[in-house]
Amino acid sequence: MKAYLTRRYMISASHRLHSDELSPEQNNEIFGKCNNPHGHGHNYMIEVTVSGQVDARTGMVCNLMDLDRVVGKEIVERYDHQNLNLLPEFERNVPTTENLCIAVYDILERGIRFAHLDKVRIEETMMNSFEYAG
Amino acid sequence: MGTVYLTRKAEFAASHYYHSPELSAEENLRLFGKCNNPNGHGHNYTLEVTVKGAVDATSGFVVDLKQLKEIMNREVLEAMDHRFLNKEVPEFETLIPTTENIAIAAWRRLEPKLKAAQLHRVRVYETPDLFVDFYGEA
Ligand SMILES: [Zn+2]
Repeated sequence: MKAYLTRRYMISASHRLHSDELSPEQNNEIFGKCNNPHGHGHNYMIEVTVSGQVDARTGMVCNLMDLDRVVGKEIVERYDHQNLNLLPEFERNVPTTENLCIAVYDILERGIRFAHLDKVRIEETMMNSFEYAG
Repeated sequence: MGTVYLTRKAEFAASHYYHSPELSAEENLRLFGKCNNPNGHGHNYTLEVTVKGAVDATSGFVVDLKQLKEIMNREVLEAMDHRFLNKEVPEFETLIPTTENIAIAAWRRLEPKLKAAQLHRVRVYETPDLFVDFYGEA
């Protein structure tokens, strides 16, 4: 029997939305307040959904301790209390939450061996959320 | 007219513990950690039931919410609210009451009772940061 399990993790990080390929005026026009050179921050809620058959013996799609270990090590440790613009994955890509979603998905897709990664959903604020499913 | 989805929430509080009789005491502890404590521990669960169907031309409803609420109360909440799941809910005499198995049990209890609309999804939150979705046996 296939079920989907979702776990939420919170990280706090700062970012600045800016593209070197655009002029200061264009950056300001596209990114508005988010272009502030000093950056600003969010509490990001990262929702990780995995799916698979419910194991008849354990009653689980996957062991939560395994999921927490991988997401803790690969995602929370990497992004929590960091300036996203300084990380290699955002050297060329603007650290929008869309791009953060894709980066988190790509890392977890490689890291999660015990279930199928179904999707990553990130709430940037209570009003905005983004989803990526590969 | 197209399909419309309607979701109704309910809350219940219950205790449980995780233990597999097929495993040794050490394996149970390693696999289930704190959840293996045989005296149990509890959660405030949220049950979210989503049904789907066409909107009835006369009533404007997908389903009569009052009926849906009654079915959820009768089939799931009366059995699970303020219960020790392992000891008081028949499904969990043989199955471990994980969030996965609670969602499957709720689906199996609700699905045959829903006449007007079709059950689409059962979601069970164990905490605000952990939930399971079940869409049926297929
Ligand atoms: Zn528990």
